[in-house]
Amino acid sequence: MRRRSFLKMSLGGAIGAVALRPNSAAAWQSRAPADSYAALVDLTRCIGCRKCEQACQQEHDLPLPMKSFEDLTVLDNQRRPDAARFTVINRYHSGRVNPEGQLVADYVKVQCMHCQDPACASACITGALSKTAHGAVHYDVNKCIGCRYCMVACPFEIPAYEYHDPLTPRVMKCTFCEQRLREKQLPPACATICPTEAITFGKRSALLKLARRRLKEHPGRYIQQIYGENEVGGTSWLYLSAVPFSKLGFIPLPNKPLPKLTETLQHSLFSYLWSPALLFTLLSGLFFFNRRKQLQQPENSAGHAGGDV
Amino acid sequence: MSGHPHSHSHSHPPVALRRPLWTPGVLVMLAFMAAAAVTLVVRFTGGIGAVSNLSNARPWGLWVAIDVATGVALAAGGFTTAALAHIWGRHRYETVVRPALLTAMLGYSFVVLGLLVDIGRSWAIWKPIFFQNHHSVLFEVAMCVLVYLHVLYIEFVPVVDEGLRDARPGHPLQKLVAAINRRLRPILWIFIVAGVVLSCMHQSSLGSLMLIAPTKVHPLWYTPLLPLLFLLSAIAAGFPMVIVEATLASSSLGTDDEMEVLTPLSRFTIVLLGLYLALKVGDLLWRGSWTSLLDGTTQSNAFLAEMGLGVVLPFLMLLRAKVRRSRRTLFIAALLIVGGVVLNRINVFIVAFTPPLSTTPYSPALGEILITCGFVAALMFCYRLAVTWLPVLAEKKEKTP
Ligand code: SF4
Ligand code: SF4
Ligand code: SF4
Repeated sequence: MRRRSFLKMSLGGAIGAVALRPNSAAAWQSRAPADSYAALVDLTRCIGCRKCEQACQQEHDLPLPMKSFEDLTVLDNQRRPDAARFTVINRYHSGRVNPEGQLVADYVKVQCMHCQDPACASACITGALSKTAHGAVHYDVNKCIGCRYCMVACPFEIPAYEYHDPLTPRVMKCTFCEQRLREKQLPPACATICPTEAITFGKRSALLKLARRRLKEHPGRYIQQIYGENEVGGTSWLYLSAVPFSKLGFIPLPNKPLPKLTETLQHSLFSYLWSPALLFTLLSGLFFFNRRKQLQQPENSAGHAGGDV
Repeated sequence: MSGHPHSHSHSHPPVALRRPLWTPGVLVMLAFMAAAAVTLVVRFTGGIGAVSNLSNARPWGLWVAIDVATGVALAAGGFTTAALAHIWGRHRYETVVRPALLTAMLGYSFVVLGLLVDIGRSWAIWKPIFFQNHHSVLFEVAMCVLVYLHVLYIEFVPVVDEGLRDARPGHPLQKLVAAINRRLRPILWIFIVAGVVLSCMHQSSLGSLMLIAPTKVHPLWYTPLLPLLFLLSAIAAGFPMVIVEATLASSSLGTDDEMEVLTPLSRFTIVLLGLYLALKVGDLLWRGSWTSLLDGTTQSNAFLAEMGLGVVLPFLMLLRAKVRRSRRTLFIAALLIVGGVVLNRINVFIVAFTPPLSTTPYSPALGEILITCGFVAALMFCYRLAVTWLPVLAEKKEKTP
């Protein structure tokens, strides 16, 4: 009697849980801050002087590189930002020629893109990475456990790790000079130092306007794309280029923010723990139903080797 | 179990085996453990970089694929047997529940140890409890593993109680455990059901982990169905894992071979594995990624090996009653399935992980391999200790039918 009603109750509970299931599947919302800061890199202006690399190193007290910042032979190899450098300049030969008919190189600055809906921050187990209202994707070392899931998640392969620190390694990446802005009201060190004003700092909406104006006023100078406007839902670092981005080490990316799929999945399955609660109820019901059956006929065939092979 | 606490004790009850411990096999385990211990010293003095090939482009490697992902998958026997015998009420399978529970308990303990080695700030492992990111799949996995580990320990209390009662009756510790077990008995079902629920949650979420990196995971494996595939493959591997273990235990320790349970158990596997195979094939067709199946890359070969040897072959084998009835062929089929799941986890977390920007390749360093092997050896050693002192396995029956 009690068992029977328990089974009924659990079935009722299960139906209730399904009915009350939060309908968040369609409700994924971008958490991109409104009108945050951004940086626009006009690659057609970059001369590959590596001043930004140097400014970044000084701003963050990073270790000095083996070869000096004046040494341009480092450009002979493609580099990636790592735990000791938050930004690098890479040189590409895309076959572009200047009006005099000479082959010219393109230089590309690489650093954290400070995505609008960053995969790294969505993935981070503790929320050590977060998108600030200011626009920077901020790293809080005090929350980090070093799982490196952020590194798995980042589509730009940016976060680097201090693999040789045995106990207190950190995730290392461009900070967007967030502290500098907060404390001294100054733009990022790399943007300030750039001799050709290839890096412009400002509000994202204003920079998008500026970029569109440049595309419109100098159609011959640029390809008609702003990299970072829509990639993975938009980034805080935006790029203009003379040659297709695919020739400059930029990968094609979906316009959908990467956290959308996983967050939708997680939230539609687990908000208010409705599905675990449902499963728990059903299994409990089954458990008591079967136990009752068992108690009614203690001489059942359990333990016998059945012929059903 | 609350309903019939000794339902298994009427046929052939599990007993503490009390066999001599220092066999050659155990000595080999100790050698592996010693090598891992030395490597661990290097890991915790020189950093992860001193013993591994992990890099900025390849932040997860062997430890995540084997120690964590495979460890969790192969511990699935714990919740699948519990669900079958206790919840579904198929009490004839009672005899395999205890060894599977022991494996799961040890498996999850070593998952946590593996995590402690893999994460950069091992001492900070408690932080997700207080700093919670509810958007993070990894957060959910971590919480489930944390809770489930404790659920497993609780489920194991009756075994410890029984063992102590036989070995040290009247000892204060025995009395304490007995008292705990008495309190526990009426509510043990809650933990058994919760264990199944928690398992379903994190077994699937382990598959969701890579969904955040669509541009980095090879299309042969990247599918929104990954969580379902992970859950189904873990469930499908649960009974085969039990079969492999039971056969190994009975061969090396001379315990009962349990064939009258293992053979019918394998029939569930046909259904589960068949379902998994159908889903996997359907997914390939639906997404159109089968086109990269025969392009001869490492990835396509690894995929073919995983599916061919780990799923299709054992599926076809198990379809034959003769295979299911022979201890040897049943063992081989089960071993193939277990190997297939291992390969699948390695494939998803290592082989399929191909970040487009960095070209840094990854293959595990000696240090990574030594630590992983050492953990596996330590797990087997603990299993050996447990079955020696606690009633987990059943002795050979006097007369075989
Ligand atoms: S570029 Fe990578 S590290 Fe930077 S915000 Fe985006 S996802 Fe995070
Ligand atoms: S390594 Fe640190 S910052 Fe990165 S996901 Fe893990 S806890 Fe978060
Ligand atoms: S924004 Fe700051 S941290 Fe980032 S690259 Fe520029 S100088 Fe370095």
